[in-house]
Amino acid sequence: MAEIHNYTMNFGPQHPAAHGVLRLVLEMDGETIQKADPHIGLLHRGTEKLAESKPYNQSIGYMDRLDYVSMMCNEHGYVMAIEKLLGIQVPERAQYIRVMFDEITRILNHLMWLGAHGLDIGAMTMFLYCFREREDLMDCYEAVSGTRMHATYYRPGGVYRDLPDSMPRYQYSKFRSKKEIDRLNSVREGSMLDFIEDFTNRFPKCVDEYETLLTDNRIWKQRTVNIAVVSPERAMALGFTGPMLRGSGVAWDLRKKQPYEVYDRMDFDIPVGASGDCYDRYLVRVEELRQSNRIIAQCVKWLRDNPGPVIAADHKVTPPKREEMKGDMESLIHHFKAFTEGYCVPAGEAYAAVEHPKGEFGVYLISDGANKPYRVKVRAPGFAHLAALEEMVAGHMLADVVAVIGTQDIVFGEIDR
Amino acid sequence: MSPKLEQTAAAILTHLGDKVALVPSVCGELTYEVAAENLVHVCTALRDEPDLAFEMLVDVCGVDYMDYGKVEWATRQSSGKGFSRGVEPGEAHPGNTDERRFAVVYHLLSISRNVRVRLRVFAGNARVPMVETVTGVWSSANWFEREAFDLFGILFKGHPDLRRILTDYGFIGHPFRKDFPLIGNVEVRYDPEKGRVIYQPVSIEPRTLVPRVIRDDHRYEVNTKESGGNG
Repeated sequence: MAEIHNYTMNFGPQHPAAHGVLRLVLEMDGETIQKADPHIGLLHRGTEKLAESKPYNQSIGYMDRLDYVSMMCNEHGYVMAIEKLLGIQVPERAQYIRVMFDEITRILNHLMWLGAHGLDIGAMTMFLYCFREREDLMDCYEAVSGTRMHATYYRPGGVYRDLPDSMPRYQYSKFRSKKEIDRLNSVREGSMLDFIEDFTNRFPKCVDEYETLLTDNRIWKQRTVNIAVVSPERAMALGFTGPMLRGSGVAWDLRKKQPYEVYDRMDFDIPVGASGDCYDRYLVRVEELRQSNRIIAQCVKWLRDNPGPVIAADHKVTPPKREEMKGDMESLIHHFKAFTEGYCVPAGEAYAAVEHPKGEFGVYLISDGANKPYRVKVRAPGFAHLAALEEMVAGHMLADVVAVIGTQDIVFGEIDR
Repeated sequence: MSPKLEQTAAAILTHLGDKVALVPSVCGELTYEVAAENLVHVCTALRDEPDLAFEMLVDVCGVDYMDYGKVEWATRQSSGKGFSRGVEPGEAHPGNTDERRFAVVYHLLSISRNVRVRLRVFAGNARVPMVETVTGVWSSANWFEREAFDLFGILFKGHPDLRRILTDYGFIGHPFRKDFPLIGNVEVRYDPEKGRVIYQPVSIEPRTLVPRVIRDDHRYEVNTKESGGNG
């Protein structure tokens, strides 16, 4: 019989289960993993360095491209850091809009995660189910900002514009039946808030549907229960945040513990896992889908009753309205300054963190008083999670690597920056 | 500052009063400067003292203070003289010395006490900036320190695996240093004659679309005075 040696295996960077461009160098003993060395940086674009060469507002669009499945949450962290240094107040309505879109983004992210994670370990239908609901939320992004993904909607001082009064509708085409298009358009008759409200009413049922496919599924449990168990102490030492930390049983959520915007007025619960394995993290995220839905419903209700400004009126920072600019010299100057030079941020440093769908997304900003940041550091949750990959997969089988990458919710936009 | 932060500041003062120096903040955050030789001792105490209990290292960030306060357009005389059209690199800030060029900034979080604190260590000697590693205190420091090494060339003494992490295999230089050009030094293209991808010096010109300016804004005067020199 042939002698068995340890051998080294290359995984990725072009592998569908690598969720982007992850290259793993695995040292195997038979089919058991002894060491895993992730090679990252294949998507490194130097976002932080680019931000140093531009006025503050021009970098908001780059933030969308960090974690490209939860765009608005990235923007939120960045504009919050700027607002902290500037010390400007965001109007209440804008705070509600931000919370609503943060939660829409959380659902977008978790649906993407659930679909891809399911697909990775053998649940094909999940992917189709999740993308069906995801499409409706993408339409919300498009209606409010004009783009489906890279919204650039949040601005220091508020949001770019108020919610639209109508939703774009599908046109008749040869690719879809008339009946199908009428069904799609029937919920798009009213305003955007009507559409979102309809979604929040539909969505809990959809989550039930996902759960019937997975939660008690024998194969799903075999692939996830007791895989990559992380103790709460290790999770903290490894810098885990978000669902990864909560899956290990630590009740930590910035929305509750260090509330920003209007999260302290929202009624929602924080799901916490018990054993810290892949299955618990799955349960935590699925419950978060339901809780996010609850928050959205509360925001919709408030936003309906309370019209008002959505961006601060401090025209040293936010541009004035176009009609004002046409008639008023002062506004014209402000407008010109805002779009040529930008605004100067007082010297100092600030760290602002939001509860991003993947964990704590923080932006550390150093300003020397100029119109461009001196240093921007993006603290990406996935970076700390991926650093712990070796510890999580050691001793598991090769097929479990895919389950672990899935459970970490890896997106390379934010890890490589 | 919130009462919780004041409590933490008092606890840090009793445990480590002689080893850390409080840096004033514009937005109510706790920042301390630590001498490089005391770093590991301070970090261990911050983690282990029960009234501090910073269980988590959230982030490690390298900073290059070389160009701090440097502007491309002087705005003070501009109302009399106007601006030149060209953009020229200005004078460096007098406070930017070699010893205070590279810094490493640590963000700590206490989950049990729900407070954050920030530490800043200057890496000394700008030619070989070096700081002790804190991987022994928090495991999460491993990759964060590799990143600071890769992007700034800050060495972490005692780090178990100090390799490049974000840049390309065989990359030369440390791209986030202020003297590293934004457009880089080399570009890649496919060479049909050699039949492979080759590196060559960059062919594009660097451009500045918006000059960097610092304006005195009376609204922020109080704040800027408080914060003083580096941050």
